[in-house]
Amino acid sequence: MTTTTKSVAPASDYKPDDSGRLLEVDNLFVEFHTAEGVAKAINGVSFDLHQGETLAILGESGSGKSVTAQAIMGILDMPPAVIPSGAIRYCGQDLLTMPEDQRRRARGPEISMIFQDALSSLNPTFPVGWQIGEMFRQHRGMNKSDAYAQAVRLMERVAIPGAKDRVKNYPHQFSGGMRQRIMIAMAIALDPAVLIADEPTTALDVTVQAQIMALLAELQEERQMGLILITHDLGVVADVADRASVMYAGRIVAQAGIEDLYARPAHPYTRGLLESIPRLDQKGQTLAAIGGLPPNLTRIPPGCAFNPRCRMAQDICRTDVPELRHVANQDSACHFAEEVLNG
Amino acid sequence: MTDSLAVSVQPTAGEDVGEARSLAQDAWRSLRKNKIFWISVTLITAFVLMAVWPSLFTRTDPTFGDINNVRDTPSGAHIFGTDGQGYDIFARTIYGARASIIVGILTSLTTLIVGGVVGIVAGFYGGWIDAVVSRITDIFFAIPLLLGGILFMASFPNNPQSTPYLVIVGKVVLTLTIFGWPSIARLMRSSVLQVKPNEYVLAARALGASPLRIIRSHILPNALAPAIVVSTINLGGFIVAEATLSFLGIGLTPPAISWGVAISDALVAVRTYPHILLFPSLFLSLAVLAFILLGDAVRDAFDPKSR
Amino acid sequence: MADVILKADNLYKHYPIKGGVLRTTTGQVKAVDGVSFELQRGETLGIVGESGCGKSTLGRVLMRLEEPTSGTVNFDGVDMYSQSGSAMRKLRRDIQIVFQDPYTSLNPRKTVGDIIGEPFEIHPDVVPKGGRKKGVQELLEMVGLNPEHINRYPHQFSGGQRQRIGIARGIALRPKVLICDEPVSALDVSVQAQVINLMEKLQDELGLSYIFIAHDLSVVRHISDRVGVMYLGRMVELGTEEQIYQRPTHPYTQALLSAVPVPDPLMRGKREQIVLTGDVPSPANPPSGCRFHTRCFKAQDRCKVDDPELIDRPDGVGEHRSACLFAEPRVIVETVDVSDVEVDTRFASTDVVDLDAFAEDDGLLPADAASVAQGSQVVGETEGPLDRPADTNRLIDDEPTEQRDPRV
Repeated sequence: MTTTTKSVAPASDYKPDDSGRLLEVDNLFVEFHTAEGVAKAINGVSFDLHQGETLAILGESGSGKSVTAQAIMGILDMPPAVIPSGAIRYCGQDLLTMPEDQRRRARGPEISMIFQDALSSLNPTFPVGWQIGEMFRQHRGMNKSDAYAQAVRLMERVAIPGAKDRVKNYPHQFSGGMRQRIMIAMAIALDPAVLIADEPTTALDVTVQAQIMALLAELQEERQMGLILITHDLGVVADVADRASVMYAGRIVAQAGIEDLYARPAHPYTRGLLESIPRLDQKGQTLAAIGGLPPNLTRIPPGCAFNPRCRMAQDICRTDVPELRHVANQDSACHFAEEVLNG
Repeated sequence: MTDSLAVSVQPTAGEDVGEARSLAQDAWRSLRKNKIFWISVTLITAFVLMAVWPSLFTRTDPTFGDINNVRDTPSGAHIFGTDGQGYDIFARTIYGARASIIVGILTSLTTLIVGGVVGIVAGFYGGWIDAVVSRITDIFFAIPLLLGGILFMASFPNNPQSTPYLVIVGKVVLTLTIFGWPSIARLMRSSVLQVKPNEYVLAARALGASPLRIIRSHILPNALAPAIVVSTINLGGFIVAEATLSFLGIGLTPPAISWGVAISDALVAVRTYPHILLFPSLFLSLAVLAFILLGDAVRDAFDPKSR
Repeated sequence: MADVILKADNLYKHYPIKGGVLRTTTGQVKAVDGVSFELQRGETLGIVGESGCGKSTLGRVLMRLEEPTSGTVNFDGVDMYSQSGSAMRKLRRDIQIVFQDPYTSLNPRKTVGDIIGEPFEIHPDVVPKGGRKKGVQELLEMVGLNPEHINRYPHQFSGGQRQRIGIARGIALRPKVLICDEPVSALDVSVQAQVINLMEKLQDELGLSYIFIAHDLSVVRHISDRVGVMYLGRMVELGTEEQIYQRPTHPYTQALLSAVPVPDPLMRGKREQIVLTGDVPSPANPPSGCRFHTRCFKAQDRCKVDDPELIDRPDGVGEHRSACLFAEPRVIVETVDVSDVEVDTRFASTDVVDLDAFAEDDGLLPADAASVAQGSQVVGETEGPLDRPADTNRLIDDEPTEQRDPRV
């Protein structure tokens, strides 16, 4: 908590390029080196994020979606994590080669993150107002009472009723939905340009989920943030995202505008997922499941990682890794993307 | 995240296909690779051998006092030297292991059984049984082991010459058990409380399993590991407690041979002849260390998150 | 109504809140607060609600894992709560339960054979001793697992496979009723469908009746014949799948349905959203009158005083049970009937066999399951092998007086 942090890198340090591009992840690899082997969590992931855009990263457990977020935030534990290659450019500057303290200063005012489990992400021994205010004390060198005033303002912004009276309450005195609002207040405190939400509503009830997603959408609109929404919920993605990247075994296997992704999926995995979820607006539906399991990340099968579960797999799928390529308005990493698309 | 690594990455499965691997087997697998485990096992084996079969290590009679060679420094004839009575220190240290090891192992076992049963009853049945049992545990827990031990041992009629060795050892074990079980009971209670709400326990109840069956096949196997680990670590503590009691003259007393007795005797001339104190103390410390290391290694194997 | 297999009548389950120095009872958590319904033979009754609504407690009370504070359950003509000792044990053969969390519902120190065989050991007269291994293998096969894996331990299986094992244990004694407490909510989306299909197959083959407790309204719609909606320990609406989803009359049901996102971006902004304000009140201190009036968009002064009964109220077409004084139907989701649409099996399969359990080559072995699941922990997926944290729906449903002790 140094006072020198008052001199935050001035906003002019980071300017999105002319197209409004904030973040560019370029061919990122992440491995986890453990006593038992190397787990290849991310194997060449590239995407970018623009101002005011919501990009969903969809995937199941072990797909690498959370690791991607942690790599961008720079909160991976290294070791065991290793980033052998790739770049994460924020407004043109590579976060991975940036000096650590510069990167730390960017965390909060430039990029911030909210987590799935708000209870364990908040420190139970401090009042919530103190924790929200900490952002201001640390990054802006604000004094205690000003920081509290800012905390109240933010708590009002995220619609916590009676913010003034509750600013000195402790996390356990809030319900799950309210705690997630507090997390959001902390994340937007310093007006970040990029907000990463890692399963923000997974632990919440559906009515509360609707409230939180509405709040996020509203804040994003208001501040023109770039929002990365990490989730496994195809319903939530359909509701809020502009674009989505589908991850499988540490790769992006499909990437498309949201309507194309659902209406014209060009990857068998995406199609399989869509066939396998029950829908609220359908009755008498037959569910079909993708068989098998996602691969062990220490031994990803050669060729397309999805081939053992794919009902279309041919010999080429077992030998050649399909590149993410452009097929009719979207990207798909499948050798038979055209067939999937048109079939 | 680092701490979950050890649990998370299973040994590469290639050769394990179709093979049943229980958690205990996995623990053994990781134990086998642990150097500390092997060091402690070697030491403990040596001490147990000393306790069971001291003549394997020395041919010298520990009860033969060579009055001509009192307080000799280490030499070829007496590699650890001799003490104030002219006894060979090496032989007495070897023979002294027996008392320590017996007291340590027996006390650990009895505290594990008593504390385990009490903890399971309190944790499993809950309610007023738990309240009563837990308060009793707390009362015993509040009495310091050594203070209680001193008071309790002092209240026994003390006639070392006529009491058989095993009875004296038994008294020490009993004393240490009376004041040592509460820590195990509390631990056991909390691990039972942790296991009890698991859905596999509910599933067994839903099937109509009897309480005894639930305890035997679901609660006990899953709640026992921490108690075993702590018992192993406590074992070192009991050896120290025995030595302390003997040192104070209320545990084992001469002619019984024990490290505590030897340390007590050595204090008379500690400034001039420190070697008399050194060797029994060294062995005592090594034995305690060995058990604590073993406990740590076993805990790491069962619960890699604690690393 | 002749063929009712289970009838719950006015069930209450209150947990005392102990407080103060003397640990006297200072209040009651009203987890289940007057619930009545009946389950027909062979049907699936879905029970939905948010955390803390008492649905899991209801499941446990129905199983008599918890004694109710009051109320009766008539199971196949027998009053369940008056049964004692051996009669109750015998009754347990007929009503079984499948739990939510495949990671805590199987004893990690037992082999799959022991786990699925335990019902036979507790009820030794069902299968003679010599036939038990065969019985277990048949069960494994029935739930689509490889019978040769009988000697493996739970951590060697993936979440979906473990849930199959839990189901096998549940059906081992050939029960008439299976209570499923959030059976798929801990599973990855692509695996959920496998387990749902399996449950539907087993229902057909064994003539089971299900009570399917879940928070996921889409899953409940898919599997249920009738649905009950719970709020704060009460059933607020009860009807057929069609009545509840196409013409809900209770404002809470309507709000709940409107909050569920539909996986179709074209529907965005076109669906009516009823946003509820505030949080669910504490079940220790529920509101007077209608429990929902504090959050209800239709609430009138009457609602604070009058406690509406769950009775038949008109829903536009006919009538079904709803506990709202101002019940009126409202279309929340336009339903598309896709009964005739064939699934494109080129991408996914309607098969219930877990393909993976039989594919023993190519590096995708069930023995890996644990490492796959745990691999996701290695790589820092915060949710670990579960896509939902295991306890999200148990915040209040669990016995509130008992907290887990921290590990020593």
